[in-house]
Amino acid sequence: MPILHAMQETFGYVPQDAIPLIADAMNLSRAEVHGVFTFYHDFRHEPAGRHIVKVCVAEACQAAGARDTSPKFEKALDCAFGETRPDGQVTLEPIYCLGLCACGPSAMVDGRLVGLIDDEAIAEIAAEVRS
Amino acid sequence: MSVVIYVPGDAAAVAVGADRVAKAITEGLARRGVEGRVVRNGSRGMIWLEPLVEVVTAAGRVGYGPVKPRDVEALLDGGLLDGAGHDLRLGDVEKIPFFAKQERFTFKRVGVTDPVSLDDYLAHGGYKGLERAIAMGPADTVEEVFNSGLRGRGGAGFPTGIKWRTVAACAPGKKYIVCNADEGDSGTFADRMIMEGDPFQLIEGMTIAGVAVGADMGYVYCRSEYPHAVIAMNKAIQAARKAGYLGRGVAGSQYDYDMEVRVGAGAYVCGEETSLLESLEGRRGLVRAKPPLPAHKGLFGKPTVINNVLSLAAVPFILSEGAKAYADVGFGRSRGTMPIQLAGNIKYGGLYEIAFGVTLGELVEEVGGGTFTGLPVRAVQVGGPLGAYFPRALFDTPFDYEAFAKKDGLIGHGGIVVFDDNVDMAKQARFAMEFCSVESCGKCTPCRIGSTRGVEVMDKIIAGVEREKNLAILEDLSHTMKLGSLCALGGFTPYPVMSALTHFPEDFGRGPMPLAAE
Repeated sequence: MPILHAMQETFGYVPQDAIPLIADAMNLSRAEVHGVFTFYHDFRHEPAGRHIVKVCVAEACQAAGARDTSPKFEKALDCAFGETRPDGQVTLEPIYCLGLCACGPSAMVDGRLVGLIDDEAIAEIAAEVRS
Repeated sequence: MSVVIYVPGDAAAVAVGADRVAKAITEGLARRGVEGRVVRNGSRGMIWLEPLVEVVTAAGRVGYGPVKPRDVEALLDGGLLDGAGHDLRLGDVEKIPFFAKQERFTFKRVGVTDPVSLDDYLAHGGYKGLERAIAMGPADTVEEVFNSGLRGRGGAGFPTGIKWRTVAACAPGKKYIVCNADEGDSGTFADRMIMEGDPFQLIEGMTIAGVAVGADMGYVYCRSEYPHAVIAMNKAIQAARKAGYLGRGVAGSQYDYDMEVRVGAGAYVCGEETSLLESLEGRRGLVRAKPPLPAHKGLFGKPTVINNVLSLAAVPFILSEGAKAYADVGFGRSRGTMPIQLAGNIKYGGLYEIAFGVTLGELVEEVGGGTFTGLPVRAVQVGGPLGAYFPRALFDTPFDYEAFAKKDGLIGHGGIVVFDDNVDMAKQARFAMEFCSVESCGKCTPCRIGSTRGVEVMDKIIAGVEREKNLAILEDLSHTMKLGSLCALGGFTPYPVMSALTHFPEDFGRGPMPLAAE
């Protein structure tokens, strides 16, 4: 797994061509490496957008209003959850809990944490993503 | 004179702007030509006051919060450095009722010290527990932990001392300590706060475990959603190794112990101990059937102590202060303290460490102050996505493993998520099933297929299609999942579903029923 993490850090995703190389180096079958690669949500199969917005959709954030803010994100970013906008500018992903449950709803924008999300915060994030 | 200002570097504080506040203060001091140091401490746990800035004055530490970056200039002009008055002034943060009423055993240093400074840790009583463990020897250390009554804080509540005894009793050879830091439950953040706010304590706890059971290697399996915690842990491990607290002959003793951090990749099920071990070994996080227990055949088939962050972080206190000091507080068979996390729609959310026995109602209404929307509390979910929903009628339940089990709930990792009366419990039940279907490892059928069917059945119930018939299917399905699943993911998903149905039948199109028709 540290190898897959390193791949993703370097390329932004794990290229399909890398699987046989990893298998060879680790003395594993391609199927085994592919199995690990596909089991974990974090590993990407294709490049993500220039900006990555991960929005928490777990219970604590739901209680704090995420059921309302999540659709607003989709609208503001013009992108559905789990997808990358066709222009490659942004990828919007659901995430289950960032551990910011006492200041929800929360999100992670390009690795930066944002809590207490309101309409203003969504507008700011949308503006940031546009640039 | 050089001033010291504390601005939390805790992820929750950062999420509400602590980094920008720290930057503004550093720049403000430089502009005024004041020599000062900004220390990024852990969070005091009062999340609604974050970013909570503290200044060291002649009269002690004075807190201000919540501070916004734009407040910084006015604060500095108004005499922040002398602890002068301001609308945001909180005074001595330890006197704030939310803080003063706690019993901080595990969290006593969090928010007080510089998390990655070993000197600070030592100055605040750090490594006294390890010192005593080395002096006592392994066998007595295991007994000390057993006598403290410490139970697994990850959720299952299994006595930590028994796990340690089992591993200690295995033939000498390669053994491992594994710390479960895959804190995936929504509404929980205590592990994160320990790792970010007092990482040395976790390292010390794991080192004591290593000495006690004869393991020379440990791993912290941390979820990838906690990048700040991974950074803090790695810094602390390096510092401890450099100072001789990790590696060959820890703290000058004859015991060897070293450790490293491994990062997960977004799989909730990897918080299940056997799935976590599979993942550590570099495989798909599929749950293993038990037995064999990890204590006999764990990581790489070797005897392994696998404990939650909070369990291991409680160990230094137990060793330094004695088992009795820990066991003296508590309720029934739940000894010691529980770091409780108040989250969701709550006015005063944060971390509240207190002895077992406090009631759910006190926690939600008195400590937490009800909802931040001001609407009445309708339901609280205790113990993460697999925990039961409790109505107000059960608010007299004391916080204790057995008392919660009796009410068909669990305390899990001590997370409490509060919902106001806008919540639709049928939707929450559907979410529980959906979460299980997304996160299921797929090894056993009740969990993999059961949760998918559960979502479909819930959709029909919500749409009003043959309600009674589908509710009967839902009950039957939950029963099968509960009894037939390999691990807690499938086995506990029925808790939120069934508790929602039992306590809030009106949301499922059933009239309120005073008693279940069993």
